[in-house]
Order: sequence, then C-alpha cells, then structure tokens
Amino acid sequence: MLRYAVIMNEILKNSLRSGPDGRGRFGEFGGRFVAETLMPLILELETAYEAAKADPRFQAEIDYYLKHYVGRPSAMWFAERLTKHLGGAKIYFKRDELNHTGAHKINNCIGQILLAKRMGKTRIIAETGAGQHGVATATVCALFGLPCTIYMGAVDVERQKPNVFRMKLLGAEIVPVKSGAGTLKDAMNDAMRDWVANVKDTFYIIGTAAGPHPYPAMVRDFQCVIGEEAKWQMQEAEGRLPDVAIAAIGGGSNAIGLFHPFLDDTSVRLIGVEAAGHGLESGEHAASLSMGRPGVLHGNRTYLLQTEDGQILEAHSISAGLDYPGIGPEHSWLHDIGRVEYVSIEDEEALTAFQLCTKTEGIIPALEPAHALAHVMKLAPTLAPDKIILMNLCGRGDKDIFTVAAHLGFDL
Amino acid sequence: MSRIKGTFAALRAEGRAALIPFVEAFDPDRATSLALLTGMAEHGADIIEIGVPFTDPMADGPIIQAAGRRALNAGATLHGVLGIVRDFRKGNDKTPLVLMGYLNPILSYGVAEFTRDAALAGVDGLIVVDLPTEEADLLLPDAATHGLDFIRLIAPTTSDERLPKVLAGSSGFVYYVSITGITGTRTASAEDLARDIPRIRRATDLPIAVGFGVRTPEQAATVAKYADAAIVASALIEKLTLSDVAAVLGDVAALANGIRHAVKVAA
Ligand SMILES: Cc1ncc(COP(=O)(O)O)c(C=O)c1O
Repeated sequence: MLRYAVIMNEILKNSLRSGPDGRGRFGEFGGRFVAETLMPLILELETAYEAAKADPRFQAEIDYYLKHYVGRPSAMWFAERLTKHLGGAKIYFKRDELNHTGAHKINNCIGQILLAKRMGKTRIIAETGAGQHGVATATVCALFGLPCTIYMGAVDVERQKPNVFRMKLLGAEIVPVKSGAGTLKDAMNDAMRDWVANVKDTFYIIGTAAGPHPYPAMVRDFQCVIGEEAKWQMQEAEGRLPDVAIAAIGGGSNAIGLFHPFLDDTSVRLIGVEAAGHGLESGEHAASLSMGRPGVLHGNRTYLLQTEDGQILEAHSISAGLDYPGIGPEHSWLHDIGRVEYVSIEDEEALTAFQLCTKTEGIIPALEPAHALAHVMKLAPTLAPDKIILMNLCGRGDKDIFTVAAHLGFDL
Repeated sequence: MSRIKGTFAALRAEGRAALIPFVEAFDPDRATSLALLTGMAEHGADIIEIGVPFTDPMADGPIIQAAGRRALNAGATLHGVLGIVRDFRKGNDKTPLVLMGYLNPILSYGVAEFTRDAALAGVDGLIVVDLPTEEADLLLPDAATHGLDFIRLIAPTTSDERLPKVLAGSSGFVYYVSITGITGTRTASAEDLARDIPRIRRATDLPIAVGFGVRTPEQAATVAKYADAAIVASALIEKLTLSDVAAVLGDVAALANGIRHAVKVAA
C-alpha cells in the first residue's frame, strides 16, 4: 500500500483520469502496435475523435440516441432481497442490462457509429465474443442503414446461437472464424485483417476498451456514462458515494465505464473480476492480470496470457464475453499502480451467482456480470450493513440460457 | 558493409533486381526449413526472409497463418529460429537473412538479448510487422547497436508526408507492401507499381523490395522492372504443402530466372 500511496500522491497532482498520454499510453501500457497499412487510419481516427469530442453537437447527438433509443439513464436498483440473503453490505445494481439490446455494449456502438458517419465511412465491421457487441453493432447499423460484417469465433457461434440469429435478422453478415481456438481473440485478428484490406470505406467498431490508441480511451469515454449516472443516482439514493464498485472484466469496457468516474474518489474501492474458468491452477481461465505478464497483442501493450516464448495462450471461460487472453491497457496500468483490485471467479461460482440473482431479484443476469456478482457474494457478508456495494449488472442472460441449461443438465 | 548492403551493391553492378524467397521457420519441421534455406541460396535466392511463427499473425492471410500453426505445432520458438540460422551459417556466410515476425516473441526474449543473439547467429535484418515508426524506439537502438538492419514496411496508405517519418532509422532495404491487405491475397498490377515505386524512390536511396501477392516468375519480372527486389512467400509455402522441397526449389529457380530476364525501367 505504501508504493501505491507514493505513486498516487504523485499522480493526483493531476488526476487518475487524465490518461492516456500523447502516445496513447497509460504508464507503460497501450500504444499503437499495428502494421504500417493501418497506422495512417489510426492517426486519422484519433484526429477525427479529438475533433468530435470538442464539438458539442457530437455529444448532443450521442445524448439524444442514448436517451431515446438506448433508454438511458439505466435504473439503479437496490437489491434488497439479495442484500438480506447475503447479510452484510447493501447491494445496488447498475442496470445496464435494461439497455436496448440487453447490455452496455450499445453505449459504445452509438458513439462509434456517429463518429463513423462524421468520417464518411460507409461500411462497418466488428468482432464479437458473446455476441452482445455484435448485436449492438448490427443494431446501430440497421438504425443508420450501413452494411455490417461481424467476425465471431466458430466456437462462440455455437454457444451463442440466439445472438447469431439476432444479428442475421438485423441484416449483418456473420463470418465464423475457425483459426486458433475460434473465440474472441481470433475474431479480433480477422476483423483487423478485414480492416487492412478495406481501409478506404470501412470503420472498425471495436467492442471493448482495448486495441490500438485511440480505441481504449474512446471506448472508455463512451462507456463512462455508466459510472457518471451511477454517481448521481447513488447520491440521490444514499446521499453519498458507494464504498465499493465491482464489475466483470473481459476486455474491460463495462468495468472502466463504471470505474473511471470514481478513480479520483479514493474512498471508493474498485474491484475488477476476471474469469477464472476451471480455476487458476487448471491453466484454463481468462485471468490475464492475475496470471499473465505484459506483452503486445491487438495493437496494445498490456497484460496477456502467453507462453515463455511470447506465444499467446487460449483463454477459457464459460462466459464467451470474458474469454479473452488480454485486457484493456488502462486496467493494466490501474493494476500496477494499485488503484483497482483485480480478483477472479470460476465458472461454477458464476453459475451459482447466476441462479441466485434470478431467484432473489427476478433478474436473469448475463454470465459476465454473474462473475461480478459471485464476488459480491463473497464480499458483502464480510462488510457492515452500512456499507454500500455498487455492481455493474452490465448484461441480461437471455443469450446464456442454453449454456446454463446444458450445465444444469436440462435439454432445451 | 552489411551483407544486405553488399548484396544490393553487387546486384546494382549486375544491373538486376534481387529475389527474396520466404521460409516459415519450422514449417512443417526444422529439417525442412534448413533444407529450404540451404537449397534456396543455391537456386538463385539473393536474400532469404525467414518467418518467425506467431500465434496471432494479424497481417497474414490463410496460407501463412496455416504455416505458422504447423510450425508452432512442430515446436517453433524464437530461440529455435536462431538455432536454424546458426546451422545455416555453418555452410553459408554470404546470403543475407532477414527475420520477419511480430513483436511479442521478441519482447518475451528481451529486446537487448534478442538483438545480440540474432546478430551473433548471423541474422542481418529485422522486419517487425506490428512495430510502426511511432513505437520503433522500442527496438531501433538495440538493433543498431548490434548492426542489424532495421527494415521498415511502407504501404499504399503511407502518405508522401509520412514517408520520411517511416523511413527514419531504417536501413538495408525498404519493404513495400504493394497492396492494402494481408499476405497471399491480391497482387499489385504493373500500373500500380509504375505509380507507387517512384513515389518511394523520391523519399529514399535504399533499395526497394516489393512483397505481398508476388507469386509467379512473370509477376516477379514485373516487380523487377520497377523495384530492386521481389519477395515471394505464400506461393512457395503453398507449393511446399502440395509437394516437396525439390519442387519449391524448382519454383525458386524459375522465379530467379524471371527476374534475370526483366528489363529494368529507368528509375
Ligand atoms: C454482458 C457482457 N458483459 C461483459 C462483457 C465483457 O466485455 P467488457 O469487459 O469489455 O465489458 C461482455 C462482452 O461480450 C458482455 O456481453
């Protein structure tokens, strides 16, 4: 904690919210590690995003769609029965599962498609794991009348069938990716390859706060609406800040969206929950911060699951949205300076949390936030009843019922 | 003088372009790669590019992706690739070798240790696909310390204003990625090259090599008209999967012949 205090004091002269620097770095993480073909596009994107950010009309446009199309602000819910059941701190859910399309992913898609339009791009591509980002992208493409191609690992196409069909209904072309383990990492590789081949007209809507600069910062900015709303909602409900804020981490977009507005509020403990899959010792997990080390993949320097030789390992999680061997670079930095704690939750624990949430609150959560909830189940009973935990319920579980049914032995 | 510089100087005197074939190290095994390297040097390769396998080759098409997977299954590592280079150098001290790959295995090895070991093993130049000029300070100083040529990629998307920035600190030759796309897919036309190569010439005195999509002796000859070297990768890898080392070497000889018969367009 001493190291943390020293670093914090230094950085707090400014703010923990001021990153990244001019090279797109958060400390030693982030950057722009892409092939030269893409580099001019990345720079163009950065310039366009900076201009848009400075234009009040751009923010007004985002606000309009978030309010009238997405349905923001999303509710903040005091989970009273769950609180009683766990017998400790008060638990609140930030209910981003109520957004149009059922997850936080749409917050980012609205921002990026409006930017794509400003830049005159006429074709959209995206990668998806759980299919939530794919659905959100296909949705905004339908809304704005743009053609869209979604890259999805072949394994994920199998385990997220409802979302695949949804994307098709919305008019998207789905490309099942067979390379590697056929999951999110491989889908991202193929989306990048498409982008390199279609640089003139195509905008790549990355679905998480990772990738080359400016994506990690841009996606974070578009997701910060979660934490900003939660902050005033908590003020209304409790007249104060929460004591703990918790979110699940795949690439880290819902988590950074919740955490970022609280980074300078040092009384708020921030906890990111990675997927421990079959257990950290099993080697089959997606806990890049707990078990990985820094390296370069998908355009940024960050913690990665990799071999001694620097080959990237396959991640594993029951949740397709967390099944990624990397993490957004800002999280790597927040981890190293100690501002955010990162823990991990196994498949079985997430399944238990999934069922508990459903039965006590009447909310079927996605398997991703079920990981966050599983940690809440551990933490809440250890805290006094006057403490407040805020958890990002960032997606609903409709997409996961087949996976969960299979694990519980039901044949749908 | 570096081996690469010497090779291009000799070829300039001869008045012809270079052939740079590509070998994915350890595809499908170590012995085959060593046989290919040795054989290619004897069948008309002027420089050889060695692909360093990586799990996530973002700039590569299906053919090199598959080669990389086979190589990793055969136990390829960056240390292992340097081992092949050392063995090749036991019998050949002349043909320049360039490693092409991605940054992460180099970071894992350690930049200082890797550049030192690569130079000692007999590597002449490095191409790191996902290390654009904006991040090059990570590797450039160490590469320079150990006398490794730092070969930069230039793409059709690289603007005239950007060229000097990309070329800063580069040496050996310039690698022109002649299409916007991944390896082994499209091919640049003669018109494309007639337009693009002079643009790069104006920005550098370094030899210009053209890669991505060069497959046949005719295409190599077209490249040789405008540029200083033709790089052939996917077509040779494909041939290896369909046939054997001898067949690949036959193709290398045919490509070398194509280049020798190209009539150079005045630069
Ligand atoms: C509901 C939900 N939560 C979380 C994630 C993980 O992504 P991130 O960490 O970027 O929020 C996903 C990704 O698909 C998701 O669908």
